Parts: sequence; C-alpha cells; structure tokens
Amino acid sequence: MEERIVSVALDDIHKRFDANEVLKGISVSAHQGEVISVLGPSGSGKSTLLRCINLLEIPDSGRLLVSGEEVLLKKTRDNRTVPADTKQVERIRAKLAMVFQQFNLWSHMTILQNVIEAPVHVLKTPRQEAIDRAMMYLEKVGIPDKLEAYPAHLSGGQQQRAAIARALAMEPEVILFDEPTSALDPELVGEVLQVMRNLAEEGRTMIVVTHEMGFAREVSSRVIFLDEGLVMEDGAPEIIFNNPETDRFSAFIKAMV
Amino acid sequence: MLSLHGYGPSIFEGTLLTLEVSLASLLIAMLLGISGALAKLSGARSLRLVATFYTTIIRGIPDLVLMLLVFYGGQMLINQLGPLLGYDGYIDINPFIAGVLTIGFIFGAYMTETFRGAILAVNKGQLEAGTAYGMSGFMVFRRITLPQMVRHALPGFGNNWLVLVKTTALVSIIGLNDMVRKAGLAAGATRKPFTFYLVVAVNYLLITTISIYILKYLERRYSVGVREF
Repeated sequence: MEERIVSVALDDIHKRFDANEVLKGISVSAHQGEVISVLGPSGSGKSTLLRCINLLEIPDSGRLLVSGEEVLLKKTRDNRTVPADTKQVERIRAKLAMVFQQFNLWSHMTILQNVIEAPVHVLKTPRQEAIDRAMMYLEKVGIPDKLEAYPAHLSGGQQQRAAIARALAMEPEVILFDEPTSALDPELVGEVLQVMRNLAEEGRTMIVVTHEMGFAREVSSRVIFLDEGLVMEDGAPEIIFNNPETDRFSAFIKAMV
Repeated sequence: MLSLHGYGPSIFEGTLLTLEVSLASLLIAMLLGISGALAKLSGARSLRLVATFYTTIIRGIPDLVLMLLVFYGGQMLINQLGPLLGYDGYIDINPFIAGVLTIGFIFGAYMTETFRGAILAVNKGQLEAGTAYGMSGFMVFRRITLPQMVRHALPGFGNNWLVLVKTTALVSIIGLNDMVRKAGLAAGATRKPFTFYLVVAVNYLLITTISIYILKYLERRYSVGVREF
C-alpha cells in the first residue's frame, strides 16, 4: 500500500455520558482524500464520534491526532478529561470544518457574512481575499445569487449548501458532516448530496455520518459501521455491503433498504 | 418655552439632571446586568450563588428603602472608615453618585434577568457552530451571542428603562435637584403645585415616548434576518 497522509487518527477513544458508555474504544484513522461514511443505528455513538474529532465532546480516554498533532488532554481533580491547551483546540477545530444536521448558519448574518466570518476572524484572512474565496465556494455549491440573503429566507437545501460553502471557506484538512441531509425535506436531499458528491470527486477528505445508504455505497471510499459504541465493520463499500462480516450489519442493511 | 412664573429654566435644568441620572444609572445597570447574566449562566457555582443572592435581595426590597439605605448607610460607613484610613473630616456622599449607584444597582438586577433570558433564547446550535469553527468562548459571545441576544433583550430592556426613568423621581428625596425637586421648590414658592407637577408629568411622558420610538427602531434593526410571518 502506498504511503498516505493521515489526516485524523483516533486511538482507543472512550466516551461516557454519566452511566451510559457511548464509545467503548474506537480506533479509526482517516487518510487524506478518503471519504468515509459512518453508519449505525441511532444511539450507536456515530454523532458522538464525529463530535469527539473536533472536540465538541472531549473523549474520556484515548488519543486523538489531527494532521499529525496530538490533542493534549489532561485530568481535572474531579477526574474529568479536559483539553490541556484551549488554544491548541481552537487551532485544531479551525482545520476541521463541520456541517451540522440543523445547518446552524448564523441567523443575524447574510450568507456571504456567514461564509467569511470564520476565515476573517479565526484564520485572519484579509477580508477581500475571504470575500473572493466565498464567492467561489458559493458558486461551487450553486447559490451564488444568495450572498445577500439571510439564512431564514433560504430553503433547507440552500441553507445546507451555504453551510457547506462556509465549511469549504476554511480550506479545511477534513470536513465533518453530521447527518447533513436528515433535517431536509425529501425533495431537497438530492441537491445537497450532489454537492457532497462533487466534493468527494475533488478528492476532499470527508467524514460523513449519514443514513443515506446510496451515498455510502456509491460515493464513499470507505464505510464504517458502528454499533453499541464499537466499530463492527470497516472497509470499502463494495466489499462490506456485499459480504458483511457481522450479523448486525447485514440486519442493518436489510432494515435500511 | 413657557417662562412658568420665571421657573422655566430651573425646571429645564432639573429635566437635564433627570436625564443624566437616568443615563448614568442605565449604564451601570447594563454592566451589572450583563455580568449578572453571565454569572448566573456560568459553570462556577460560586458566581451563580453571588448573582442569585444579588437579584433576590434587590428585587425583594422597595427601591425607596434601598436608596435611603445606600445614602444614609453609605454615609455612615464612609465616615467610620475615613478615620481608619487617616481622614478626619466629615465626608458627605454626593447625592448624584448615591442616586446613580442605587438606581444602577437596582436595575442591574432586573437587567440580569432580562439578559439571562435573552442569552438563553439564542440558538445553541449557532453557538456550537462558532465553537466548531475555532472561535474562542469570548469571540462566540461577541460575534454571535451578543448581536442575537439584543433582539431578545430589547422588549424587557425597554420596560426596565421606562421604569428606571420614572424611578429617578426618588432621587429628589435624597436632595438631588432633579425635575421633581425643582418643581417642588417652584410649587412651594408660587403656590401653584398643579401647574408644576403637570409640567413634570408631561416632561416624563415626553422622555418615555421618545424612548419608545427609539426602542421600536432598534427592535426593527436587530430583527434583520428574522423571518416575518
């Protein structure tokens, strides 16, 4: 196998919420250019896993590396795990753009302002450069005419595409998608998936938590199936969809069709 | 303007003072309000306790009683502390400062509740998006929470402001020459209390009416991006 750059690496990640252990030791790494679909029944921990990658949730134990840099964690006196260096966390988050299920565009800003906000204020990109780049990405996601609109005036599909443009504008190492089409009306799902398909073809590194079996099967280069906080399957879609190793996954596929 | 038996200019000065007391108190109330709200919403138990203690005490005692307590109590305290710090003269509390501090302190408690509600009304997902894009906690507050909470805070803020303006009438009791006191002096000298208190009433009404228009304008401005139904 050729030498590939590791964008994100998780090693034995554990996370519990009170008595409920959501992640029970996850080890996964994403290489540059990979499009990974994370599948799993609800409650399997897939969203938590994604949120651990950009530290919206702090893993209780395990190691997390983002483009070769290990996230420094420490224990508090009451034995909670917290980041040792908040500046490092902010730096790492800026490399990992996230697309949310509920879009989470900033409602008091126009679409253009949404897209340039983090580049200008977090990455300190010169404003004009950020605007030029924003126009380019809004073009790419197919809503170049909406830059002066406010999020509330767009359809769900347009909002999610704007949110994808916001993610692209960070020129991130990896884009994390947290069920990006789950909050959309069925007729709007296609336009968002098409944008994501284009990004995959460009060779962008993507980790996508999704219920879209078509996307997982046809677009992703790798599929991970999570159940009860553990990785049950991990492989190329054509292999694991055709020859599931676990009964859980074959049952899951059957239920989803 | 009417000469008002020669007391017109004096009432006008009083009106200016009323405005000064109101605006200065508002400034303090806003600072205390935002600190109080952040303290109440913070993860630190001690901060939450202090803020809760503050709002409970202030909201449970009449404004007039508080003002008298601060004015006379503050006077006593300062004059007992003075000698300890090597100052022998008698210190008079400036009634302007006492008034502004008391009113600011009282309305800070109301603003705390208004701002707390407004912060809670801001969509959590949008704050999380800020965090996820590498913003610091302060930047999330400044760039996302603050501009959005204004819209939620304005109605309550407006009410507090109107009540605050009217509460400034109390400072006349501690000897500050606001328009109520000026009117009182004029009424005593001319024996025409109704005339002067009517003027005062109209002045308050003017201030509050103009305020309402400004607040309406602000509400429209900060509702940008909110879908009208």
